Amino acid sequence: MRTLRFLLQKELRQILRDPAIFRILFIMPIVQLLILPLAADYEIKNINLSLVDHDHSTYSARLIQKITASGYFRLTDYSTSYAASLATIGRDKADLLLEIPARFETDLVKDGKTTLLVAVNAINGVKAGLGGAYLQNILQNFNQEARAQWVPFSRTLPQPTIEVCYSDWFNPHMNYRYFMVPGILVMLVTMIGSSFASNNIVREFEMGTIEQINVSPIKKTWFILGKLIPFWIMALTVLTMGLLIARWVYGIVPLGHYLTIYAFAGIYLMAILGLGLLLSTYAKTQQQSMLVSFFVTMIFNLLSGLYTPIESMPGWAQTIARFNPVSYFIEVMRMVVLKGSGMADIRPHILAVLGFAIFFNGWAVLNYKKRSG
Amino acid sequence: MRQFLIFVRKEWYHIWRDKRTLFILIGMPIVQIVLYGFALTNEVKNSGIAILDESRDPATTALIQKIDASRYFEVIRVIHSAAEIEAVFRQGKIRLAVVFPRQFRADLLHTNHAQVQLVADASDPNTANTLTNYASFIINDYQQSLNQGQGLPYRIDTQVRMLYNPELKGAYNFVPGVMALVLMLVCTMMTSIAIVREKEMGTMEVLLVSPLKPFRIIIAKTVPYLLISFLNIVSILLLSVYALDVPITGSITLLLGESMLFTGTSLSIGLLISNTAKTQQTAMFTSMMSLFLPTLLFSGFLFPIENMPFPLRVLSNVVPSKWYFIIVKAVMIKGLGLAAVWKETVILAGMTLLFLGISIKNFKIRLE
Repeated sequence: MRTLRFLLQKELRQILRDPAIFRILFIMPIVQLLILPLAADYEIKNINLSLVDHDHSTYSARLIQKITASGYFRLTDYSTSYAASLATIGRDKADLLLEIPARFETDLVKDGKTTLLVAVNAINGVKAGLGGAYLQNILQNFNQEARAQWVPFSRTLPQPTIEVCYSDWFNPHMNYRYFMVPGILVMLVTMIGSSFASNNIVREFEMGTIEQINVSPIKKTWFILGKLIPFWIMALTVLTMGLLIARWVYGIVPLGHYLTIYAFAGIYLMAILGLGLLLSTYAKTQQQSMLVSFFVTMIFNLLSGLYTPIESMPGWAQTIARFNPVSYFIEVMRMVVLKGSGMADIRPHILAVLGFAIFFNGWAVLNYKKRSG
Repeated sequence: MRQFLIFVRKEWYHIWRDKRTLFILIGMPIVQIVLYGFALTNEVKNSGIAILDESRDPATTALIQKIDASRYFEVIRVIHSAAEIEAVFRQGKIRLAVVFPRQFRADLLHTNHAQVQLVADASDPNTANTLTNYASFIINDYQQSLNQGQGLPYRIDTQVRMLYNPELKGAYNFVPGVMALVLMLVCTMMTSIAIVREKEMGTMEVLLVSPLKPFRIIIAKTVPYLLISFLNIVSILLLSVYALDVPITGSITLLLGESMLFTGTSLSIGLLISNTAKTQQTAMFTSMMSLFLPTLLFSGFLFPIENMPFPLRVLSNVVPSKWYFIIVKAVMIKGLGLAAVWKETVILAGMTLLFLGISIKNFKIRLE
């Protein structure tokens, strides 16, 4: 036990006396947590609209007014032909074009039927889908108003209609930050846990200082624990700072209990540190370990459901996500913070992460040899 | 010139004889483009939903069937009381709950007016929006099938055309983004680490006392990485065309040329970082923090730049990947020529020259 205490002392000093590491460990996460959520606003608004109005009637003017008043669209371009309008989409000056045909008003009033053309830049599928849907909603609304003018009012509706009411739970103002901040926090904690720990061990290899430890009476379990515990503590510190920033800066107060988050984070970090340890046992140089842990964390992060929902992924990618500890923590974090889930709700997640922890650490300890060469 | 080539060969051996790193350099971009190309998508499909049907009549049964049959939804829970809705949301299995009130069909037949309630888990606002939109389309569809034969008067129809990407595939947006990400990563991180390693190992001293000019030493270091990046670009493009079905509609030469230009920009940033960093660890984390995350955030491929607050929008202009992303989208997917992207090209070239200039000027030829 005393050996461990000395080892911990050595490690902590090594970390805290390296100003670069200290900066990266503590300042970077804060800066990121302050900047990233501002950038990661995925709400679809400010859709640039290019308009081609061949009609120039009172109806078309009213329609345009209704669209710009909705707040989703910005009328950035007013073209005279479909081709010219299409070119503005090509130059990324507009995301969406609406063509109002000549005789729009006459057709609607006389024939009772007219057709509008909408073309959407669909390279970004979500933006295109939602933008198109918003515009269609507005058009439908406009249609109903126009119809109400011409069709005599009657007490019962002429045809069966199903009214759809929406309610948005857990985040009624649709604030994207509530969704992103907990996820980003998980990403930061994960990066510290995995890359720093693995790099730290490989550094001893590369510097040759591992020799000294190998010839000392320190047992390999002690050595590994001595490497992991400081990072475990530091990652939890970063988590605490992050939760405080979330509370003070973004006003995110978890609906669930902070203890639930910490309990899960503690187990999760064991898994992540184990993974870092495992990677380090396979790397010979810092360059290798950095690259490998970088790619692994990158894959883990991008496939974690932080940016894109896991259910949308194809089956095989969902299987990968099931073996990705990060996705469990992100899910848990969002569940506890936004929905107030408790221990009972996240039991499957805890068991899964516990499994990872045992698996990674076990493999790493088996693979770590106290011999050089 | 001969000396220069010898130095290039030396660098090449460094890379070539470290098989593990080489494997990562060439293999990882391929793995990533496949992983992200297929997996990183915002398309909504097979979202789990819960049904609370208090009326259980033919109309609700038909609607539920219609919803379950669509590729967007999968009914995974049937619940029996409103109180249960919150509990199933808390377990995180479902994204939407559809609630039919009592006497749904009776209301529909007698008063011509019935209600459906959609309760969405809005913790993810976009998915929630998309799901409610899809669900109301399905319900509207059902309603129209009830009204068959008697179209409404005074109707405005909309014809919607999805340009460039009619199937709304996620890969169209992600392939250009991943290209920027991978090139940035390989070039910047690897060059900066390669140079700092010489410093850390002490071999920089040997290089500095050699007859070759320091400037040439540095250039020689980047040449092999330029080659590897070219290989990576080609393999990414081949994969995106043949595996992901993202076609190259514009000129391939232009696309390759622009990619090489962007590689140059990334290499020059790598040089800049290596000037200031003392240890490999710092070099690595500086590249990661100052490039990888900004690329992810500010290139516009994951998050819309136009939504950001003004200072960040200004900041996004200094991120080279943003310009590269615009170029790749224009050339590869929209099929535009150099005339459409000359401005972006000039900006990238300017950045490259600027970074190169600064790093050559700051390059220390003296040991400390």
